[in-house]
Amino acid sequence: MNSSQILIIDDEAQIRKLLQITLQSNDYQVVEAATAKEGMIAAANHPPDLILLDLGLPDEDGHSVLKQLRQWYSKPIIIISVQNNEEDIVKALDNAANDYLVKPFRTGELLARIRSALRGGTTDDTSPVLDYNGLLIDLTTRTVKKNEEVVKLTVTEYNLLTLFVKNEGKVLTHHFLLYNVWGPDFIDQSQYLRVYIAQLRKKIEDDPNRPNYIITETGVGYRFVAKAFIV
Amino acid sequence: MSNLLLNTIPRRNQYLISILLILLLSISCYFLTDIIGYKVVAFLLLVTLSLLALFFDILPILISAVLSALIWNFFFIPPKFTFHVHTGEDFFLFIMYFIIAMVHAVLTFKIRQVQKEARKKIEKANTLKLYNTLLNSLSHELRTPIATIIGASDNLIMNAGKLTDENKSNLLSEISLAALRLNQQVENLLNMSRLESGFIQPKKDWCDVNELIYASIKNIEDHPDDHIIDVQVKDNLPLVKLDIGLMEQVLYNLINNAVIYTPAKSVIIVAADCADGNCTIVVEDNGKGFPPEERENVFEKFYRLKYSKTGGTGLGLSIAKGFVEAHNGTINVESGSSGGAKFIIKIPTETSYLNHLKNE
Repeated sequence: MNSSQILIIDDEAQIRKLLQITLQSNDYQVVEAATAKEGMIAAANHPPDLILLDLGLPDEDGHSVLKQLRQWYSKPIIIISVQNNEEDIVKALDNAANDYLVKPFRTGELLARIRSALRGGTTDDTSPVLDYNGLLIDLTTRTVKKNEEVVKLTVTEYNLLTLFVKNEGKVLTHHFLLYNVWGPDFIDQSQYLRVYIAQLRKKIEDDPNRPNYIITETGVGYRFVAKAFIV
Repeated sequence: MSNLLLNTIPRRNQYLISILLILLLSISCYFLTDIIGYKVVAFLLLVTLSLLALFFDILPILISAVLSALIWNFFFIPPKFTFHVHTGEDFFLFIMYFIIAMVHAVLTFKIRQVQKEARKKIEKANTLKLYNTLLNSLSHELRTPIATIIGASDNLIMNAGKLTDENKSNLLSEISLAALRLNQQVENLLNMSRLESGFIQPKKDWCDVNELIYASIKNIEDHPDDHIIDVQVKDNLPLVKLDIGLMEQVLYNLINNAVIYTPAKSVIIVAADCADGNCTIVVEDNGKGFPPEERENVFEKFYRLKYSKTGGTGLGLSIAKGFVEAHNGTINVESGSSGGAKFIIKIPTETSYLNHLKNE
């Protein structure tokens, strides 16, 4: 049973209606707001489990709403916007949005992203061995197995993989990955990232060219997904 | 023809040439006046003026006309070296000379104007034709899916009780399909207007060509359509610096085009080779290809092959061309080994062989 509460902040009545029907029929509770002001009041009064935020609001820029919410709200925020340029997406993700969906989006995609954002961080300490459909990652012994066979990873590859796994379902921007794996001096050295992603895919994917785990978000970054959640 | 010359000779040179010509002719005639007589000189000058008027603008002609009239009066009409004219006949000749010279200039001017208007009319007609093509293709490409959505949803609302479950689900799939198609067209139009605005600045970043190609066929593979996409990329290609978003769109457009315009089971080969400073990507299908006489037009906006099936706004290839050119690259189409269409993209780019280094 799903009773997570989702706040929709979007000025388009049609989109709100669509989201309300979609979400309610998937057992989410829905609260709607048509402006940034209404949205922030609603969020403060009854902090929801997740916020769907449109960037094109009539009374305030969505990026600034996101920043203000992030000062106190730590649960998932998913951006839904008609803006599909990479700068906007990267900016929102850098401002700690959990995810970014470009309108028009497919309903299956939306539900998958919501589920993944709500689940986020549950790859926790309770079990040190993570199983992603045949890809086993043992965080205590730092070993990785693919279909029962040990996969030899270099230190960098392992760090990259665990960073992905800890942020399962979330888009990680190039800068974020370079900063956290290689360090602050490397945030513009995207060639390292390209090479290591290619190597990691060769080791853990069934078909490195049609990856199931490490998905490319063109111009933005990469996302780690567990096969079962691909809709 | 006079137009061609007019366009090639700048105004300043026109002044120079006409004045020099008048002066040269006057000097040569000056030594010949005793033989040919000063009246013939007037005719020689007029002929020169007429010839100039064929090619030059009104102002240089006017100035040459005045200049030649003065020269003729001063140096040739007796008494020489004065502007005085003694006989009534000479006075009459001088006035006539002046009038004929002016008429030349004015006639030239009028002809030029008529030419200009004709050219404008042709341009207008061309724009109108382009605009009509755009409207036709747009209204077809946008209205068809909109009609489907409206019709299917009306049906679902009004006949809810009478429709079988199977028909309901069919109508719903049609709505979904139509909306996706509409979205694709809007995407094309937005890309086209980005190109037209001239603000496309490639944001280049290191890119794994293999990853680029597979990312661009992902959407196509997600909706399998009985086409075989054969990617032939060598291992260990260097990384190249490209705008990945733009190039993904380019490849998507080319491959999607091949999917739309070739029969089922056709093979689409995507190949790439990058070496120092250059990246070549080839998209080749084994369909019917383009007739040679149409090849140079396929990248034009709204251009559609004769007798081609409907669908598409005729924007995909011109967007591809625009995005490739934004990278200072070139895109060409030729006939492939099996007679199908073979698109060749060549882009100058930085390359990095970092992946050849042994890591750690």
